[in-house]
Amino acid sequence: MGLCERCKKAQATFHLTNIKPSGEKEERHFCERCAVEAGLLQIQKPSVNLNDIIESFVGGAKESGSALSNLVCEECGISYVEFRNHGLFGCPRDYDVFKEPLAKLLERAHDGATHHTGKTPKSLGTARTTQQDIHRLKRQLAEAVAAEDYERAAELRDRIRELEE
Amino acid sequence: MNASLDEVARRPGEWLRGSGPLHDIVISTRVRLARNIRGFPFQPRADADQRADIAATIEAAVRKAARLNEFQHLDVEELEELDRALLVERHLISRQHAEGRGARRVAFHPSEASGLMINEEDHLRMQVMRSGFQLEQAWEEIDAIDDAIEEQLEYEFHPQYGYLTACPTNVGTGIRVSVMLHLPALRLTSELEKVGQAAKDMKLAIRGLYGEGSEAQGDFFQISNQITLGRGESEIIDDFRGVVIPKIVEYEHAARDALLKNRLHALDDRIWRAMAQLQNARLMSSNEAMQYLSHVRMGLHVGRLSSVDLQTVNELFIQTQPAHLQKLQGERLNGEQRSIARAALIRARLSNN
Repeated sequence: MGLCERCKKAQATFHLTNIKPSGEKEERHFCERCAVEAGLLQIQKPSVNLNDIIESFVGGAKESGSALSNLVCEECGISYVEFRNHGLFGCPRDYDVFKEPLAKLLERAHDGATHHTGKTPKSLGTARTTQQDIHRLKRQLAEAVAAEDYERAAELRDRIRELEE
Repeated sequence: MNASLDEVARRPGEWLRGSGPLHDIVISTRVRLARNIRGFPFQPRADADQRADIAATIEAAVRKAARLNEFQHLDVEELEELDRALLVERHLISRQHAEGRGARRVAFHPSEASGLMINEEDHLRMQVMRSGFQLEQAWEEIDAIDDAIEEQLEYEFHPQYGYLTACPTNVGTGIRVSVMLHLPALRLTSELEKVGQAAKDMKLAIRGLYGEGSEAQGDFFQISNQITLGRGESEIIDDFRGVVIPKIVEYEHAARDALLKNRLHALDDRIWRAMAQLQNARLMSSNEAMQYLSHVRMGLHVGRLSSVDLQTVNELFIQTQPAHLQKLQGERLNGEQRSIARAALIRARLSNN
């Protein structure tokens, strides 16, 4: 059993035999992860899967340079690569440290959402709740416009104005 | 083995009563909230001391909250494997929590209708379970539990992202609504893809009985939300209440009616063969038991069978699981011994009715 020829770390479990036009055989060996990354293997997964999301968007990040993989949170010491491998953050600050790549991930995982709406800790008072309400109403306004429900859109617009004052 | 858990194995648990709205199809409703407390790293970066601190801090807060004074607290780290497996089968802890390492706790109300895990993937995960389709009641209850705990400690909350969680797929509300459904007729009529479509349209996920990574067993399915950011708790609840669940319940009812109308003999044959197996088998695997119990449960609801009661059937679903069987027998059993014990338990329970 050999190692993956691509990452040279993991056990190769995916074996590919290429027969060239000349009839010559070429054997290649990858681990599952590299096979997926090289586009040789499709993994079927149901619905939203965090790894898929991370994979696909990390793939995008790789093209734009490797600066991201060097990003490390000073607070908890977690690197972007570690987060990417396990899908878990190390501390609350990571949400700000990795803000930029996180934005794309969140949008994919949460259907385009960028801001929280809903319950807030009681200790934070009402100011934040209003901001959230405005956010929620703006999203609903966009939905109403998309659905050409102009009556509802006008209603929502008025409520947003009220709250903004 | 933990003596207080022997008692748990014997009793039915509130959410298994087989009552509540739409209980012929909706087994139970569960709402879970994920929270992390301020001043600590998330689980993956917490060292042993920090984990112990987190556990002690949250347990103290829960003990101080008057609303939660009946909760029973257990140290999961100290529990034997079998006791942990029992708690998984009761849906009181996750598999991940059972198999995890380091300081971790569980606490739950004696009715098992509410409970919480400390140091699972997040510092705190609380849940409320209700029999049948009772989403609003479940939400109100967990909202109140959340408030009661928040009075005692400070949660990690971000101005943009809301309640922060170790995994960004849970961030925002940290809510996971799961509705457990029994859909035997849709399986028999090969119409399950309708359910898949209804869930997919609302961006909900379908899983098996024991959540993430589990296979659907014996016609049981769990539907849960995936999106936690940008949609409020009440909007998420409305998706289930107003749209998805009524639609799926309607499909299942239509499939049951169609079976009664067009394939009555085939339906009766399924139900009564299942009953015969349950009443006579001498060896029975867990999957077999699930399948036969599922058909008997359907038989009760379509009025083709009345010699057993629903609660007995619901209890058997849980009590024939491996850890429950071993707790009830008071000893460790291998696979074959479990099949013998399972068959014997079912025969005994179904002849008393």
